[in-house]
Amino acid sequence: MLRWIRQQLGFDPPHQSDTRTVYVANRFPQNGHYIPQRFADNRIISSKYTVWNFVPKNMFEQFRRIANFYFLIIFLVQLMIDTPTSPITSGLPLFFVITVTAIKQGYEDWLRHKADNEVNGAPVFVVRSGSLVQTRSKNIRVGDIVRVAKDETFPVDLVLLSSDRADGTCHITTASLDGETNLKTHFSVPETSVCQSVSQLEALQAVVECQQPEADLYRPLGPENLLLRGARLKNTKEIFGVAVYTGMESKMALNYKCKSQKRSAVEKSMNTFLIIYLVILLFEAILSTILKYAWQAEEKWNEPFYNQKTEQERNSSPILKFISDFLAFLVLYNFIIPISLYVTVEMQKFLGSFFIGWDLDLYHEESDQKAQVNTSDLNEELGQVEYVFTDKTGTLTENEMHFRECSIKGTKYREVNGKLLPEGMTDDSPDGSVIGDEVLFLKAVSLCHTVQISYDQPDLPLGASDPFSHVNGFSSNHMEYYASSPDEKALVEATKRWSLNCCFNYYILKITIFCRRQQLFLWIPRYKLLHLLEFDANRRRMSVILQTPSGGTVLFTKGAESAILPFATSGEIEKTRLHVDEFALKGLRTLVVACRHFSPEEYMDVDKRLTAARTALQQREEKLQEAFDFIERDLQLLGATAVEDKLQDKVQETIEALRLAGIKVWVLTGDKHETAVSVSLSCGHFHRTMNILELLQQRSDNELNLSKEIFLYGHLFLFACRIKEDHVIQHGLVVDGASLSLALREHEKLFMEVCKNCSAVLCCRMAPLQKAKVVRLLKTSPEKPITLAIGDGANDVSMIQEAHVGIGIMGKEGRQAVRNSDYAIARFKFLAKLLLVHGHFYYIRIATLVQYFFYKNVCFITPQFLYQFFCLFSQQTLYDSVYLTLYNICFTSLPILVYSLFEQLVHPHVLQSKPCLYRDIRKNSLLSFRTFLYWTVLGFCHAFIFFFGSYILMGEDTTLMGNGQMFGNWTFGTLVFTVMVITVTLKIALETHFWTWMHHFVTWGSIAFYFIFSLFYGGIIWPFLHTQDMYFVFVQLLSSGSAWFAIIIIVIICLSPDVFKKVLYRHLQPTSTQKSQVLEVMVFVLSPHDCSLITDESRRNITVIMTSSVTVLIVLC
Amino acid sequence: MNMRFYRTTMKEEGNSANRPSNTAFTQQRLPAWQPMLSAGVVIPGFLLIGLAFIGIGVGLLITSRSIQVLELDYTGTETSSPCYQCTMSNQSNCVCKLSFSIGTLFKGPVFFYYGLTNYFQNQRKYGVSKDFNQLIGDVSYFKSPSSDCQPYQRVNGKPIVPCGAIANSMFNDTFKLYQIINGKEELVPFDGKGIAWWTDYNIKYRNPDYTPLKNAFNDTEKPVFWTKPAYELDTSDASNNGFINQDFLVWMRRAALPNFRKLYRRITEGNYKDGLPAGNYSLEISYNYPVISFEGTKKVTFSNVSWMGGQNEFLGIAYLVIGSMCVVMSVVMLIVYAKFRFPEED
Repeated sequence: MLRWIRQQLGFDPPHQSDTRTVYVANRFPQNGHYIPQRFADNRIISSKYTVWNFVPKNMFEQFRRIANFYFLIIFLVQLMIDTPTSPITSGLPLFFVITVTAIKQGYEDWLRHKADNEVNGAPVFVVRSGSLVQTRSKNIRVGDIVRVAKDETFPVDLVLLSSDRADGTCHITTASLDGETNLKTHFSVPETSVCQSVSQLEALQAVVECQQPEADLYRPLGPENLLLRGARLKNTKEIFGVAVYTGMESKMALNYKCKSQKRSAVEKSMNTFLIIYLVILLFEAILSTILKYAWQAEEKWNEPFYNQKTEQERNSSPILKFISDFLAFLVLYNFIIPISLYVTVEMQKFLGSFFIGWDLDLYHEESDQKAQVNTSDLNEELGQVEYVFTDKTGTLTENEMHFRECSIKGTKYREVNGKLLPEGMTDDSPDGSVIGDEVLFLKAVSLCHTVQISYDQPDLPLGASDPFSHVNGFSSNHMEYYASSPDEKALVEATKRWSLNCCFNYYILKITIFCRRQQLFLWIPRYKLLHLLEFDANRRRMSVILQTPSGGTVLFTKGAESAILPFATSGEIEKTRLHVDEFALKGLRTLVVACRHFSPEEYMDVDKRLTAARTALQQREEKLQEAFDFIERDLQLLGATAVEDKLQDKVQETIEALRLAGIKVWVLTGDKHETAVSVSLSCGHFHRTMNILELLQQRSDNELNLSKEIFLYGHLFLFACRIKEDHVIQHGLVVDGASLSLALREHEKLFMEVCKNCSAVLCCRMAPLQKAKVVRLLKTSPEKPITLAIGDGANDVSMIQEAHVGIGIMGKEGRQAVRNSDYAIARFKFLAKLLLVHGHFYYIRIATLVQYFFYKNVCFITPQFLYQFFCLFSQQTLYDSVYLTLYNICFTSLPILVYSLFEQLVHPHVLQSKPCLYRDIRKNSLLSFRTFLYWTVLGFCHAFIFFFGSYILMGEDTTLMGNGQMFGNWTFGTLVFTVMVITVTLKIALETHFWTWMHHFVTWGSIAFYFIFSLFYGGIIWPFLHTQDMYFVFVQLLSSGSAWFAIIIIVIICLSPDVFKKVLYRHLQPTSTQKSQVLEVMVFVLSPHDCSLITDESRRNITVIMTSSVTVLIVLC
Repeated sequence: MNMRFYRTTMKEEGNSANRPSNTAFTQQRLPAWQPMLSAGVVIPGFLLIGLAFIGIGVGLLITSRSIQVLELDYTGTETSSPCYQCTMSNQSNCVCKLSFSIGTLFKGPVFFYYGLTNYFQNQRKYGVSKDFNQLIGDVSYFKSPSSDCQPYQRVNGKPIVPCGAIANSMFNDTFKLYQIINGKEELVPFDGKGIAWWTDYNIKYRNPDYTPLKNAFNDTEKPVFWTKPAYELDTSDASNNGFINQDFLVWMRRAALPNFRKLYRRITEGNYKDGLPAGNYSLEISYNYPVISFEGTKKVTFSNVSWMGGQNEFLGIAYLVIGSMCVVMSVVMLIVYAKFRFPEED
């Protein structure tokens, strides 16, 4: 019983065993040893709420926010004790804020529900009681046999039982899971592959023993028996499979991981400010309470004859009174914490982020992809980036590989006009036909890969009888290759070009080698694929074990030179190494190819080890690793290939712009260092004039670890000295993975010192986790710089998640990076606009938004505080309750929201053409303590002016009306409030540089709304109100000429020093942003029509003035 | 140019499903006015505002100076004061006379105010201590006044109408003004109409619909400090009696600050329509309201008004000061502008 409860509460995992046993078609054994296991149903639930739990759950989540919780407490205090304002004044805004957030979250959840229902309600065919039954996807249970037809997606994780093919194979594509478009072959167990019909399946008695669900996509059940939910069946008419993981336990669902919450620097400073304001609030409340008691110490103020206390008040305990007074003051001043700040910020981010997706400049025409915003929480962080960590392949380069050169047995070959020629030969030179070693090399290249072919007529009986038929079938250009790695694709395409035509179809490999110039001799040997040793990032190589036509067994392996050369025992090792380095110097990507021949006994051993490792249920990964290491050694080196990866468009300009913007760019790549350096040079990351410091692991591994460290330390020290000496020259640092990990372990500080002083850093030979480590190191360094990581592949995911802002490139390596990123763009060059324009705008917008919010609430509540000095600290409110309630939600909410959505300090073109403007906002400068102080002090000053301006006006206690009648306290409060609404609205108008019709509408509209509302509110006796304090107060106020003059003068007193200050600063200490505003205005004077009138001479003058904004001029003319 | 654009849009239709729409809104290219606070714009602006404000300031100051004000303190704390004996304890129905003279014609209409200092009508507890439902004449609330009125809710078990601290503490000094003409005192007629807000008198406050009014107040008690019940506030004029008594209304509108003035009467009738002529006057005060206990003072004020109300130098001075500051600021900006004409590019 206890255990059951614990299970239900989630203390004990419900599944006790490490494996799950699935009875196919739920035919359980009869002998009774069976313990039923409970599995989840096949419902996918991505939604957070249901209709029933939405209100409590959403409320709970919202009140976990400190600000909301604070207002809840205030509200409860108001309910409990006698406070100056009614609970409605804080309850209503809180309700409003909570409702707006709840509506937004509810809407998002509704969308998720809709998507879920679509998925869960999709029709599927299940074998039940001897026939095919159509049912809904959500009704599938573990153990059901499911039929999937061609081009359908799998509704559940299935173990393949049979397909319409005799050999029980099928092809799938996992494009929607990981974006890999290549076709993957999956197999069924031979015993079940015969069950191709429902009736045969009916007779099947089988058990699937499998692991408990886990998230790793790339660790499938057995040797490719598992068909993952979300993948799509291709080239196969239909398959039957048994459901093993259903619903939320399927691998796809387990991969729906909640992203770690990243918080932006703005949000952090916002929270700091909130705490400061909380302190101010507490201070004001305590001060008021103390002063109240100091005042009340004198009897005449404590209880004047006209305002006596009740018996109850006289007799209550002083401590209780003190506390309740303190709480009452807290309630009175609580509006100093801007309640609507969070909801406005949230709306600003949510709505504002649409502009990124909408931007045509971030739209990539060729791939039809626009920028994608995965989280809107970090918009402003784009304006704060100090370090950019970029991947190289696919990010800086196109990831479109073309074969260029190769090295075979120590001879270099080049591809010329689709032919492979030894170095030094020209096209016309006599046939150096492919022979001997070359053939072996080419075989290796053409056999050792995982490329799939899509053919136009997929139902052709391939693999079957006549070799000629499919040779003909393929002979033309019908073939299209699907590869998970572009390098492989390039190599296979290259081998095809050199008439070594190959196709790789399930486990029979056929190679057709055409002789050059079509006078063919046809050679169709058959290779049987025995084992595939998949690529992984740690091994950095992949292998195939094949049975040759002659019956021998051979292993072909290819991979990074560092992953193969150490294991090579024969072949032209030194020469190949030399060639590989030469290739790398040209910026080509290199792969080394090697082979190993097995004797039958050796193969037996290998086969046993592999099978054992693959079928292991536990620690499969480790066991496989061991087996692979055992197999891939004693290699015979065959040669090396060199593939070119083209640079993306405008990479150099983008990197240059980022550098001008004060952003340090680090390239982190897995490539070898020569390749990396040459690409760095060609993409402008390194300049020719740069002094390049190299920190590389010595190749010869015979030194002791200790001496390596000393060596490293020496280098680092030397670099540090050199950098100090040489201020003029820019330094670039190259460091490889091994040295990096050593440096990080031993000399972190010194290393960071060197890195920070280098204008460009290149890390090569990096493992994915190392990339993340570098990012984390920079992130946690004392200056706490804001980092951005950009990459396109699965190996960049850890870095993307680690950095403050993660950007995914929608490249060719799947969508993993995009899915895990915060923003995704199609090309590297878009980064410039994303950071320099969007980032800048968002930062300015949100920073001003935050500051302004605090400012306007200081303005709001300080007069109320000051009023306490004139009313014996009796907690009398200055403003009416309705005004207190509506100030933040109606009167002053829209102008700042519109400002924060549309403000453009400078024209986007200027921002992009002058990256240095980005420096103006670095280090969170608009939210620095100084700016914060400015806004807060300004708020206090304005509040003093509102209050004392009105005080002096009214305090002379003369009438302000032509009929001699007097005003009361509510008129006084309304005067202060009116002045405040106008001033606060005009203050944001002063900050606005970009006035669209919307700005005009909300600015003037807010003021007008305030007047209209007040007239309306004061014009009616409201039946449900307790008192009619405000009846006709506003009209009376407006009927006084003096009040009008007072309103005008107080507003001017508040705003004119601000204008004065702005002008002085603009002329005495202009920021570069302000300077460029001047330029911009000059540019805009020139309409295209004017441009045509400009004579040559004056054009020269203009160009002289605007050397730095030439682009703008061109754009406009 | 147009052609090219057309062609690209045609091309889009094929395979550009994701292409963002090219509108001014989505591309953040909305037509916008981009004002810049540069010296070139601000200097003339400031100069203009400054000059205008100086002009307005002079006008306001002149208007304010033309208003005549006469203020007399009658608290009686000093022994020389005619009201000194009234401050002694247990003086009921104490009357004192204040003599003063006016040198020139005090132009009419003259407004007569009473003023209190150190009197906190703006305390919270005091302010809420009333029952609005009673004051709109709802007799059901006469029996059970709002609990806000405590401790002025009930006396001797009977409900107080009007209940609460504000009503209870209503100012009850009365004044009569005599002009001394040839040694004879001639009563200056006071006009008690139009001293409260029109809306308060006509809409916000209502008497219960009873004739005589007294019947509505059966089984109720008058406020403890009052000498007569609400329905006898002005027995001579039914439209000024009960809750719509204008003195009562004036008192019920709480003052914002501890030193305040309230309108008592207007002098608009008879010989004094054009104002108070020069001469000697005597103000007869029936001194009831105690202020000594909280160090308050009482005073009366004669004032006439302009369109902008009573005498108020603040506005005129503020306009003059701000106007001149604007001029000074514009001069400073001009100097700065001349020196640092263009922010240099570096």
